Amino acid sequence: MTLVTFWFIVLVVLWTGFLVLEGFDFGVGMLHGVVGRDETGRRVAIGTIGPLWDGNEVWLIVVAAAGMFAAFPGWYATMFSGFYLAFLLLLVALIARGVSFEFRGKRESVRWRRTWDAAMTGGSLLAPLLIGVALGNLLHGVPIAADQEYAGNLVDLLNPYSLFTGVTVVLVCLLHGSTFLVLKTAGEVRERAVHAARRVAPVTAAAVLGFAVWTLTMVDKGLLASLPAVVAVLAAVAAVWLVGRDRDGLAFVATAVTVAMVVVSIFVGLYPRVMVSTLGSATDLTVTNTASSSYSLRVMTVVAAVFLPVILVYQGWTYYVFRRRIGAAPTASRSGSGTGAT
Amino acid sequence: MSAVDLARLQFATTSIYHFLFVPLTIGLAFLTALLQTSWHRSQRPEYLRLTRFFGTLLVINIAVGVVTGLVQEFQFGMNWSAYSRFVGDVFGAPLAMEGLAAFMLESVFLGLWLFGWDRLPKRVHLATIWAVAVGAAGSAAFIMAANSWMQRPVGYQLSSSGDRAQLTDIWAVLTNVVFLWAYLHVIAASLVTGGAVMLAVSAWHLRRRSSPELFERSAKLAVVVLIPATMLALFFGGRLGINETKYQPMKIAAAEGQWDTCQPCAFSAFQIGGGNNDPTPTKIIEIPHLLSVLATGTWNGQVVGLNELQAQYQQQYGSGYYIPNVFIQYWSMRTMAYGGVVLLLLWLWAAWLIWRKKLATAKWFQRAAIWAPVLPFVMNTAGWALTENGRQPWIVQGLQLVRDAVSPSVSVTTLVISLSVYVLLYVVLAVVAVTLMLHFARKELAPVPVAAEDEEPVLHFTY
Repeated sequence: MTLVTFWFIVLVVLWTGFLVLEGFDFGVGMLHGVVGRDETGRRVAIGTIGPLWDGNEVWLIVVAAAGMFAAFPGWYATMFSGFYLAFLLLLVALIARGVSFEFRGKRESVRWRRTWDAAMTGGSLLAPLLIGVALGNLLHGVPIAADQEYAGNLVDLLNPYSLFTGVTVVLVCLLHGSTFLVLKTAGEVRERAVHAARRVAPVTAAAVLGFAVWTLTMVDKGLLASLPAVVAVLAAVAAVWLVGRDRDGLAFVATAVTVAMVVVSIFVGLYPRVMVSTLGSATDLTVTNTASSSYSLRVMTVVAAVFLPVILVYQGWTYYVFRRRIGAAPTASRSGSGTGAT
Repeated sequence: MSAVDLARLQFATTSIYHFLFVPLTIGLAFLTALLQTSWHRSQRPEYLRLTRFFGTLLVINIAVGVVTGLVQEFQFGMNWSAYSRFVGDVFGAPLAMEGLAAFMLESVFLGLWLFGWDRLPKRVHLATIWAVAVGAAGSAAFIMAANSWMQRPVGYQLSSSGDRAQLTDIWAVLTNVVFLWAYLHVIAASLVTGGAVMLAVSAWHLRRRSSPELFERSAKLAVVVLIPATMLALFFGGRLGINETKYQPMKIAAAEGQWDTCQPCAFSAFQIGGGNNDPTPTKIIEIPHLLSVLATGTWNGQVVGLNELQAQYQQQYGSGYYIPNVFIQYWSMRTMAYGGVVLLLLWLWAAWLIWRKKLATAKWFQRAAIWAPVLPFVMNTAGWALTENGRQPWIVQGLQLVRDAVSPSVSVTTLVISLSVYVLLYVVLAVVAVTLMLHFARKELAPVPVAAEDEEPVLHFTY
């Protein structure tokens, strides 16, 4: 296996890691107003990801900086300049939801909280949608000129396959978030989360099935390469079954696998291309024509080999520290002020 | 405006904005960690209360710093795709290290610190705030390494076709002498920023006699950090200047408005006029030999003038105008230097008051200290103006011009849209963040929180 291929795999792992982790954050963000009918309920819901979401979101930085800018600068340059307005909107969504976590609890006013709740819900919905559309477009193809520059416009990004991929990603995040809430809460919020999960699961499974079939018809790479898409469907179906039977842990695993395999199936379909060009396969961006030099990739390999395991250890430890379910405690009235006041 | 102008304006706007929050985060994280360490060692509840108080300000500030950092990370690809293609091989590596080695550390441990008060053993919890501080300072290191490469490219070779810079020696990039001084300068400036804010908040409370004995402690801590940090910032800035004279002579010549080569060179303390079309401004005060000392570190050092450098560059790189905006260079340099001296005097005044045990009652000092933080923020901005404007018209000194670096596929309309969106969003964020910071900075100190002892599931009420 060449270094370039290895870095493509690393990138797939980073994208997958990002969406599996941030996916449930997005889901919780979308659902916090649904499962939390009152202020306490919403705080319980947000509390499940409170200590975790920031670290999860950094995976996006790692994806963009390490995986793309450093390892495949040509890909990074074309994708980020080409998907310009979509990424602008993605940034707005990420900013809005990012600050809403910190800001919403800092004032006692109801209007203040509703405002940041709306930012959280909207941002958490928009972000996975746009990420899904972007990923879909990598495989669907966009106009790319011979100099590797994007040659299309905004409308070129809004093709049916990519939009459907966007909706699918939103739905898997929604389901992933609801199984996370079921796993991490107790009491009324959990009941509502169970209810939400049961209603979302069949729709998600249908969307994943549609996505898998559509993706496989677009790229025919044989049985082995179809495996991720097939696993995605099976995991989604398993999730439907598991959320109906209160198997909280397994249901969460199933939705995590669904998210992961949706992402993996796109990249398996792509390889060795990284961006399909609609102007002919000669202008496709591939791992080789966008990658950094081998010295640079070797440096990056050492960096990743040292730091990724360390990150996994301390991030895993965070999940262990905050493993307990959260329920509404009677201390609910003490709120807002001070850092980390429990 | 052309696409290049708009892309530059956008990068300047978003970077300056981002860098209002970054140094405060770095400085305040360190100071908060010191406060918590004091609590840990002395077991005195006052320090716990102060830790939580300043920790709240830190967290509001980090929130904005983090999300505006995302914009920076995306912007290279969005607006500067030609640059990204050209330098990604070199420039991407330090950015990747920033994410993997530092930013992840800061973010994950911030969550642990915020929510871990009653979940982690005290010693471990103390370690988490230090991890946040180290992560924040580490982030800045890799970003500065990347930026310093743009000022003085090292450890690379051009690809055979000449259209890409390729990394050949990562160690050279990470030990770039410009990086070392620039980084130390940034860290010292961050401590000044964080310390000035801590001192200002403490002074505000001292003026109103709210928990004066506690805020006197935080004021003292701030002053203890501020005096050496300000002196070091001035010193590191000076060392950086000497290196810039070596590697980016245009930057320093412009910062002095020095059109003709001089030896020895006098320092112009103040001038009226100046700028690229006015080579003969009215110099008000000139200090003999000082420019030679500042720019070269020697009494009689030579500083090559703008005219000579322009001629040199034309010969080397072809015809073109290679002189940066002289007005911005001249005044951004003086903003930092004079601001630094004013701040240092203010801190020495504070030290004298502390020594005479008069800090809590010194009304005039308190008034001054409350407004003092304006200066470090202005100076931080001036620092970037000096560094980045001084590199113009290059994006990577000697290798790529700014006008060749923008995304060819991004139109003026698109840039206008994105710039408007950022400005609008950032104004809202600024209003909210500043309102919240002032609100929490003016709050009475919260009493020591009672630890929850029950085993029942507990709600986190940080958000």
